[in-house]
Amino acid sequence: MCLAIPAYVEQLITGDQAIVNLCGVRKEISLVLVEDIVVGDYIIIHAGYALQKLDQREAERTLAMFAEITTLNNNDIS
Amino acid sequence: MKYIDEFREGGMARKIAARIAAEVDARRRYHFMEFCGGHTHAISRYGLVDMLPDNVQMIHGPGCPVCVLPVGRVENAIQLAQTPELILCTYGDMLRIPTANGMSLLRAKAQGADVRMVYSSEDAIKIAQQNPQQQVVFFAIGFETTTPPTAIAIKKAQALGLHNFSVFCNHVLTPSAISHILQSPEVREFGVVSLDGFIGPAHVSVVIGSQPYQYFAEEFQKPVVIAGFEPLDVLQAILMLIRQINAGRAKVENEFTRAVLPQGNIKAQLLVAEVFELRRSFEWRGLGLVPYSALKIKSCYAEYDAEQRFPVPALSIADNKACECGAILRGIKQPQDCKIFGTVCTPENPIGSCMVSSEGACAAYYSYGRFRNRDLCTVQNN
Ligand code: SF4
Repeated sequence: MCLAIPAYVEQLITGDQAIVNLCGVRKEISLVLVEDIVVGDYIIIHAGYALQKLDQREAERTLAMFAEITTLNNNDIS
Repeated sequence: MKYIDEFREGGMARKIAARIAAEVDARRRYHFMEFCGGHTHAISRYGLVDMLPDNVQMIHGPGCPVCVLPVGRVENAIQLAQTPELILCTYGDMLRIPTANGMSLLRAKAQGADVRMVYSSEDAIKIAQQNPQQQVVFFAIGFETTTPPTAIAIKKAQALGLHNFSVFCNHVLTPSAISHILQSPEVREFGVVSLDGFIGPAHVSVVIGSQPYQYFAEEFQKPVVIAGFEPLDVLQAILMLIRQINAGRAKVENEFTRAVLPQGNIKAQLLVAEVFELRRSFEWRGLGLVPYSALKIKSCYAEYDAEQRFPVPALSIADNKACECGAILRGIKQPQDCKIFGTVCTPENPIGSCMVSSEGACAAYYSYGRFRNRDLCTVQNN
């Protein structure tokens, strides 16, 4: 039930709803629990409701944190 | 797809694993509980345990809503479904939870009960609108993530003036379950289960934020790292836990900053507070009665409470004797400790609830084939 992936907001429609793209599958979901969503955002969806906007800057920071590990590993070897 | 593939990249997974191996202290053991079934699923699916050093052990926690619902409540739902002129709506996984005598909601449906699977609480409202002559009950389960959608449904039913819609509420709370585990005799007195830290839930934390875990870190001196559901998230969280332990720290850290804010989703929390209040105690499969661990519908919304509208007796029904779900949910046993794992009990024919949902430990182990080979050998040897 809790398994979910970030979805791409393709279109905003009336009544606080949006059409999202989940790995190629288009789905209508509710935006009532979130604010200021625009087309192009990624959102975390659970049981038909967006729970949060994905913070793209933070996602990049987490990926950068992974990349740092490569440097650490290389230092170990040298 | 963006924000998924990067977090599943195999090469990077091996690099983080190498980092974990380089940083563990060989003289000690590390026991981490992933509370959430979503993490249990990721760990099995991507074989993460095989990437960890031998002295790092993962313990599966009780964070699978389907698994922790006691049989009595499922029986209540079956009885509701068998009420004439009543439509019972629920999420898909609930249909296959077995109760006594091999009964389930799916069986009840086959015998004529009107049971409908819904994708969201919104669908249940639509069914109520389309069937004004019938009572529609939404069998609601789940942790803090599914509670806001249930609150929305209740408020919507009120706004629409729907008199044929009610909710059989079984929403449970993550922090109370973690407290209960930390205070359990297995952890505190007997030391049967060692726990050095927690991987905090992903989506639950999106709603409640990272603050509620502060208490565990301070009071019990256990580090908590909130992690996303992708394999790299989980590995990174394990590395962060190891670093905390090695440094003698016990703090709440957040690996899932792309979705979890310290304060969580306030809008969702306010909505939940408006519609629900704490139950004094609630039965969990495996954990027994846990004080203040679940929600009920506030009296001002009593009209939408199925427990007020229909007879819902308190039933305490024991699990199947052979099933070890209870011990697995407490972290004492592993699925392969169950004698009927993968033989009598399979996802197609689950005997216990941990084999029903893909987040259940037994189903996750079975689906990703980690033990199927061994079973095959035994069959061939016979
Ligand atoms: S394998 Fe089946 S019977 Fe055994 S513990 Fe898991 S769910 Fe219960």
